[in-house]
Amino acid sequence: MTSALVGVRRHLLSIADLKRDELIELLALADSFAEVVDRPIPKVPTLRGRTVATLFFEASTRTRLSFETAAKRLSADTMSFSVSGSSMAKGESLRDTVETLDAMGIDVMVVRHHSAGAPHQVARWVRAAVVNAGDGQHEHPTQALLDCFTLREVLAERAGGRPPEDLCGLKVAIVGDVRHSRVARSDVLALSALGAEVHLVAPATLMPCSLEGWPIVGAGAELDALVGEMDAIYLLRLQLERMSAGLLPSLREYATRFGLSTERAMRMKEGAVVLHPGPMNRGVEIDAAVASSERARVTRQVRNGVAVRMAVLFHLLEPAGGAPAPLEGLADRAER
Amino acid sequence: MATTERRRARADGRVFRPRAVVMDGADVRRALVRIAHEVIERNHGTEGLVVVGLHAGGVPPARHLVGLLSEIAGHEVPFGTLDAALYRDDVTLRPVLPQAATHLDHDLTGKVVVLVDDVLFTGRTVRAALDALADFGRARAVQLAVMVDRGHRELPIRPDFVGKNLPTRLDELVEVSEQGVAIGDLVTP
Repeated sequence: MTSALVGVRRHLLSIADLKRDELIELLALADSFAEVVDRPIPKVPTLRGRTVATLFFEASTRTRLSFETAAKRLSADTMSFSVSGSSMAKGESLRDTVETLDAMGIDVMVVRHHSAGAPHQVARWVRAAVVNAGDGQHEHPTQALLDCFTLREVLAERAGGRPPEDLCGLKVAIVGDVRHSRVARSDVLALSALGAEVHLVAPATLMPCSLEGWPIVGAGAELDALVGEMDAIYLLRLQLERMSAGLLPSLREYATRFGLSTERAMRMKEGAVVLHPGPMNRGVEIDAAVASSERARVTRQVRNGVAVRMAVLFHLLEPAGGAPAPLEGLADRAER
Repeated sequence: MATTERRRARADGRVFRPRAVVMDGADVRRALVRIAHEVIERNHGTEGLVVVGLHAGGVPPARHLVGLLSEIAGHEVPFGTLDAALYRDDVTLRPVLPQAATHLDHDLTGKVVVLVDDVLFTGRTVRAALDALADFGRARAVQLAVMVDRGHRELPIRPDFVGKNLPTRLDELVEVSEQGVAIGDLVTP
């Protein structure tokens, strides 16, 4: 087996760029790091001397902390940048900002931006590897990876053994504001590439205008019809600003039709789980009791996020090129 | 040495061609029985011992060894596996893929660790493994058991228990399995 990953990617910008093999290999890599996270001393010296900078042009708690934790667990140095308190407040452009940081010799830039495509643009300007940590309504690839990793764990639990390679046969419903959600976009791509059946559930106003090209099995506005069949229900955060945009008649109506109530959760399959990318609006898309129940894997997702991001950072900083120089004897020598 | 590392190092398409079989399956088993007795002799029993196999090549002989030790001692000797890939000093020089997760459920503080690998060569894997072990507690002692010592050390590391000393050329390759030990070369098929 030659690795599908080696030397192929320098950036992680969208799930759409990844092939199935690469997804599988990243998840397998994350298995190794999940073990590191569970150790009494959860730190390895692998990326000593490398620098990871988080550049967040939009608010975040978990993603930023998760990336910083992942970098620290690998012994990389971390830097964080936020707009307030920076020269951007004085009007410095995005390009000048990232080029300045790049000149400091940063190895990985983790970028979150309110505009779709911003990380792609940054990747063109800098020498560092760029990771998209959420760009506008486009993608949030590491969230999708950690969701797949969590679902893989669910399959392993069910079968009792090592996690399977992919998610074949798993039925997942993604419920909520699909139209504005970068999480939904990345998740649909990753889940379906790994063989899961994806259903979308949303009010018509929050469903994308066109679903052409979306690799899904079904889309509709009926949660009740699907609840009993799904292996996992993925609830998206209802962005409350959508209310003011007139896309929803009322919060209560949304909660009644699309929220995962205790009653709906009772009708879920044995062993089926509930995922949520956080932060949760308890009582809107998810009932408080359901969020704290056995089915909810929300804290597991957060824990897995660190392992998956360690895998991503490791992969991006791994030397490119596959085989070492094919000098006679040297390849073998390097092994011990 | 991890098998997958070996495979990745051969992404150039070269394959291992054995030239000579230096130990057969029976020789390997005999050597392990001898090592088991040496371990017990050195440590005056199996009290406080933990056997740790180094991924991937060291895991099968370590498993075998721990079976023999348990049989001789009459009780289960603790066993674990360790992947030192993340501790290597050449992570940045070549592709390293941590393959198998480490399984080491024991606090090693105060224990005597018998580290097992298939082939001892430059000593760099063992160095990485020693660093990795330190993260699991302060062992009272670490002893090294290898199936084959092929020489060419680059670090001041020596084995405590050796299946066979095998003089090799730098460009040769040694493969260890339950079926025996073969020496050969990497060739382009």
